Amino acid sequence: MNVMTPIVRDPSQQPFDTRTLLANAEQQAIDRCYEDFMIIDVDSHHYETNSYKEIFDYIDDPVMRDQFKYSKGQTLHPRSTGGYQEMAGRITRYQHRATEQVPPGAPHRDIGLTRKWMDAIGVDVACIFPTPMLGLGLNPVVEVEVQYARAYNRWLTEKILAQEPRMVSMLYLPMNDPVAALKMVEEFGGRKGVVGFLITTVRYKPLYDNAYMKLYAALEERGLPLGFHSATNWGDQSMHISNKFIAIHALGFAWFNILHMTNWVVNGIPERFPGLKSIWIESGLAWIPFVMQRLDNEYMMRSSEAPTLKRLPSDYMREMFYTSQPMEMIGNQSMLQETFKMISAETQLLYASDYPHWDMDLPSTIYDLPFLSQQAKRNILGENARKLFKLDTLLSDDKKARLKARSAV
Amino acid sequence: MAEVFVCKDVEMKDGDVRIVRQDRIEVGVYRYEGAFYAYRNHCLHQGGPACEGIVRGKVVDLYAPDKTFMGQTYDKNEPHIICPWHGWEYKLKTGECAPDPKLRLKRYEVVQREGGVYVVI
Ligand code: FES
Repeated sequence: MNVMTPIVRDPSQQPFDTRTLLANAEQQAIDRCYEDFMIIDVDSHHYETNSYKEIFDYIDDPVMRDQFKYSKGQTLHPRSTGGYQEMAGRITRYQHRATEQVPPGAPHRDIGLTRKWMDAIGVDVACIFPTPMLGLGLNPVVEVEVQYARAYNRWLTEKILAQEPRMVSMLYLPMNDPVAALKMVEEFGGRKGVVGFLITTVRYKPLYDNAYMKLYAALEERGLPLGFHSATNWGDQSMHISNKFIAIHALGFAWFNILHMTNWVVNGIPERFPGLKSIWIESGLAWIPFVMQRLDNEYMMRSSEAPTLKRLPSDYMREMFYTSQPMEMIGNQSMLQETFKMISAETQLLYASDYPHWDMDLPSTIYDLPFLSQQAKRNILGENARKLFKLDTLLSDDKKARLKARSAV
Repeated sequence: MAEVFVCKDVEMKDGDVRIVRQDRIEVGVYRYEGAFYAYRNHCLHQGGPACEGIVRGKVVDLYAPDKTFMGQTYDKNEPHIICPWHGWEYKLKTGECAPDPKLRLKRYEVVQREGGVYVVI
C-alpha cells in the first residue's frame, strides 16, 4: 500500500469562514456547472440585529442550559415568535457569524457576508429578508411597526440595495396600519432593488379587510408582486400548548400561510385583483395540495359562501407562485413529483435557500430531482423569478470566471 | 487504496478531529476515548461537512417508573457527530445516522504504527 501525503487540517483551529463551511456546496456548484445559468434565491436572510441577551450558566438541567445559552435568552420568551433555531449550538454558523471576516472592498459588511454564501452555493441574485423582524406584526403598538418598518426599508434601500445589484428585496409592509402600508409602496416602490412588497403572515389582522384594497390596487397597478412570508408564533393560542420548537416550526411555518391563503381565496381577492401576483414563502410545499383539496371539496358544497369565485380555489392557487424551501424530501419522491404537478412547478415554483437559517436548502435540492427536465430545473432555479421580478440576466463574477476558464481549455 | 498520513500519534488528543483531504475525498478522523474512527466528511442529507461540526452526547429523555417525564440529559457513552449545516446526527462509534440507522457515513480504516496515525483512503 502506498503512503500518501495529504492536506490535513484541524477544524477547531480554523477561523469561522462561510466559504469553508460551504466548501462542499461550492463543489456541488462546480460539478453541476451552475455557471451555465442564472440562479435567483427568492428567500434568504440577513440579521438586522446582533443584540441578543446573554448566557444562563446556572440552570441545572444541562440540555436546557444549552438551549438558553445558545438561544441567548429567547427560550425565556415562549410567547415570542422565536425559539432555538440554532439547536443549542449544533448549527455552528449561528454563534460564529459575528467573528467572520469579510473580504476588503465590500461596500458594507452585510453585503460582504451575503456575497460569500451566495458565491459558495452558486446564487447570482438573492432576495434578502430580515430575521427577527418577521415577527414585528405581533407588536401591539402599531406605531412601532410603522416606524421600525420605515427605518429598516430606508436603511436597506440606501445602504444595501443601492450598492449591490446582486441583492434585491420585497419590502416589509406594516400591515397593522393600512394607510402606512400604502404609503410604503408609494415611497419605496420605484427604488433600486425593490422587486415587490412583503406581508409577514404571523399577524392577526385579516388581510381581506376593506382597508387594504387601495394597497392591493397600488401593487397591481405598479406590477409589483406581493410576498407572504410565514414564520412561527409560540404565543399563538393553539401553538402555546406545544413544548418543543420542532412542533412550533413544523406547524407554524405552514399554518400562517394556510390561514391567510384560505382567507385570500375564499374572499375572492384573486378575482378582484387579477393582475396582482402573489408569492407564498417559506412554508415548504406539502401544504399546497392539502389546501387545494380541502378548499375544492368544500367549495363544491358551499359555493354560495364564496360567490366571487368563478373557478375552483385550486385553479387560483395554481396561478400563484411558491418558494421551494424547506422542501419536504424524506422518502417521498412520488409525493413530491405529484406536488410539483399540482402546483405547475415548472412555471410557478421559485427556488429559495433561506440561507443562513438552520433549515436552508441548496440549489441541488432542485437540480438533483430526477423527474425534472433540464429546462424545468433552470426555470425553478432562476428563470421563473427573473421573469416575475423583471430582472436582467446576471451571472456572478465567480461564475463568469468559471465560464472563461472552461472556454480556455 | 493508500495509507494517508494524518499526524503523529502525540499530536492528536482525545476528543480531537482532523480533516484529511486526498484528491477529492475528505475524511474526518476522530480520536475518542482512546480509539480512532474515520468517516467521509460528506453528510448524507445535502452533502455538508458532517465531520466539521460539534460532537455532543445523544440527548435522552428521563422518565420515572410511572412513565412521568423527568427532564433530559446527555448519554456520555453515545457521542454524536453533528453536521453543522442542518444538524443531522451520526453515532461517532459507528457512523450510523442516529434517527435512521439505514443511513451511514462511509467509514475508513485507521492504522497506528511507528508513532503515526494513518487513514486508508
Ligand atoms: S447537509 Fe448535513 S445536516 Fe444537512
